[in-house]
Amino acid sequence: MNDSSSGNPLTRVRGAYSSAADSIRDRWSGAPSWVRWLVYVVLIAIALVLPADGIGSFMSPYTDWPTLLFFPIGGYILLGIGLNVVVGQAGLLDLGYVAFFAIGGYGMAVFGVKFGWSFWEILPVGVALSALSGIILGAPTLRLRGDYLAIVTLGFGEIVRITANNTNYIGGPNGIGGIPHPPSFSEWTIPDNGLFDALGLGGVQPFKYGALDGKPYYYLMLLVIVIAIIFVKRLESSRVGRAWASIREDEDAAELMGVPTFKFKLAAFAIGAAIGGATGVVYASQAVSIIPTNFPFILSATILAAVVLGGSGNLPGVILGSFLVAWIPERIRGLQEYRVLVFGAVLVLLMVFRPEGLLPSRRRKAELAEGSGGMGSMGAEVAGPATVAAGEVGE
Amino acid sequence: MNNLISQFWPYTIDGLSLGAIYALVALGYTMVYGVLRLINFAHSEIFMIGTFAVLGMLHLFGMPSNVGGFALVGLLVVFAAAGAVASGGSAVILEYAAYRPLRRHGASRLAALISAIGASLFLQQLFARIVVPWAFGLPKEKGALPIQGHFVKRTDVIHIGSFELSNDRLIVIVGAVLMMVLLDIFVNRTKLGRGIRATAQDPETAVLMGVNIDRIVTATFAIGGAMAGVAAALFMLRFEETRYDVGFLLGIKAFTAAVLGGIGNLRGALVGGVVLGLFEMYGSAIFGSEWQNVVAFSVLVLVLMFRPTGILGESLQQARA
Repeated sequence: MNDSSSGNPLTRVRGAYSSAADSIRDRWSGAPSWVRWLVYVVLIAIALVLPADGIGSFMSPYTDWPTLLFFPIGGYILLGIGLNVVVGQAGLLDLGYVAFFAIGGYGMAVFGVKFGWSFWEILPVGVALSALSGIILGAPTLRLRGDYLAIVTLGFGEIVRITANNTNYIGGPNGIGGIPHPPSFSEWTIPDNGLFDALGLGGVQPFKYGALDGKPYYYLMLLVIVIAIIFVKRLESSRVGRAWASIREDEDAAELMGVPTFKFKLAAFAIGAAIGGATGVVYASQAVSIIPTNFPFILSATILAAVVLGGSGNLPGVILGSFLVAWIPERIRGLQEYRVLVFGAVLVLLMVFRPEGLLPSRRRKAELAEGSGGMGSMGAEVAGPATVAAGEVGE
Repeated sequence: MNNLISQFWPYTIDGLSLGAIYALVALGYTMVYGVLRLINFAHSEIFMIGTFAVLGMLHLFGMPSNVGGFALVGLLVVFAAAGAVASGGSAVILEYAAYRPLRRHGASRLAALISAIGASLFLQQLFARIVVPWAFGLPKEKGALPIQGHFVKRTDVIHIGSFELSNDRLIVIVGAVLMMVLLDIFVNRTKLGRGIRATAQDPETAVLMGVNIDRIVTATFAIGGAMAGVAAALFMLRFEETRYDVGFLLGIKAFTAAVLGGIGNLRGALVGGVVLGLFEMYGSAIFGSEWQNVVAFSVLVLVLMFRPTGILGESLQQARA
């Protein structure tokens, strides 16, 4: 990065940031497995004490922090993980991802309210239903490429929302109310003593899903997120993950090498949809009522922004991106009606500042250096010294 | 179904005029896509800016109530030009601020798409929170700003049996077709148009042949924006109100129209727009207007299943060379 850091201050900041990110990644990939497990344990411990009041007063002065951690933050992270399978891993542009979130949410609402099922019965059913809808959408459309797929998925998202709006059985524009909370596991209360009090968690009942306390729902979401991360991470390093990478980089070559591209693309769609559906079920179990306007197109766009912003294809990056995209608009609630305005400007600036995302994966970075970024580059690229600077060479 | 048969002509005329507006907006998507391979998500906001420019002109100068003939045409041209200048100008600024830096870094198209979404949010909110309250005062209900009185007084131009053609719809259809013919001539006959076609075909070779890519991209955004501005004037003529998020659904539909006709293909935009407009209107006649958008997207999915690159195909070269 030394050659181009002589430029303006912005270029220098970019350079410093990416070499810092690079050195962290290098150290991580060289770390022995006990260090990794230690880091995982520490991260989970941090996640467990995250809803403490002391952290909340800084992170979210305007809204109830545990509820915020549940949704949008936790919800966006889970959606981001799911969309990352489709966009980041398989390289399929999905602009209607919110549809699966909606199907999961409505699954929870319909089975919970009309059939009286409990949350734990609905969760697998809702996930299966979403995965099935992913296959139904994917089967006729996955033969399309690139931007055609994008507009078709966008249309699918709108079709789902409008259909929910026009169907009286599921409440039309008024949605469904009175969705049951998950049944409580136990009334166990975190003891009210020194250590837990210091963490701000004394007196919390983490397995009792009531109407007031957001913390139990956050822990529920955290559990689902951890399961999703393990699942997706295992997939990524399996045959399926390699097949996705090959499809993303060159679909024709992958097909010629004997990768059944259609099957794997469909699998990516179904898995992404399943995770979106799981988010919907968990979200609806806390929200009590859902309406069609909970699932607008802009949510699909926001989740996509989160994935790309964090570093499409890299799980830690996606989680960071989702967190920022969910958290920034809440943190700047003091700006009131200007927050979406600022959020839009921040998106543009971050993309201008760091188009490869905050924490891109190594492989993605190499693709970007070649100028394709896995999604292909824009047609009329401007050749010049800056193009070379973008293909940063690590130490 | 009976509804459609008894009201066939009104639905057809409505569909054609709606499709004409879609087609004009679709041109902006399709041109930018042809040159940059980028879905310019903020194009819907470029259209929105055009509607407010026309509204501003109407507030400033008003519209004389009974003009006809050439005076009316002249006034309409002035309003359309105002929309075109506002939209074209903002499209150029948009390209400078949100896309050019990304192109210089060789960013992926996905990053550019996110930048486009961010720019779209920014422009929408800029108008909702700052520009509109400052220029027009706060809108009364649901944020919609109607124009005072009529833009053009509605009369029927042709009236044969159940076939009625009112003047506003006629102007919309004729105006849109005229703009497209002009654009087609421009792209096919002028030097700048040749540069645009060359860049769309093969940017690298175009550079080697001495085409200034930056200039071509600026011109593409300016022309696409200007088309959206004219569409905005026609939209105001037809629907007589606007709001800060007016571009959102219309933009999605216009992009659908561009894909339906074959993205990157100028004539495809016209075909796609008209097909989409007609199907939407017929669909709403048969299933009820609340299903209009579902019909539109279903048509898209069905067409793409059988013609994966749109009705006329993605033939940038053939249709535009």
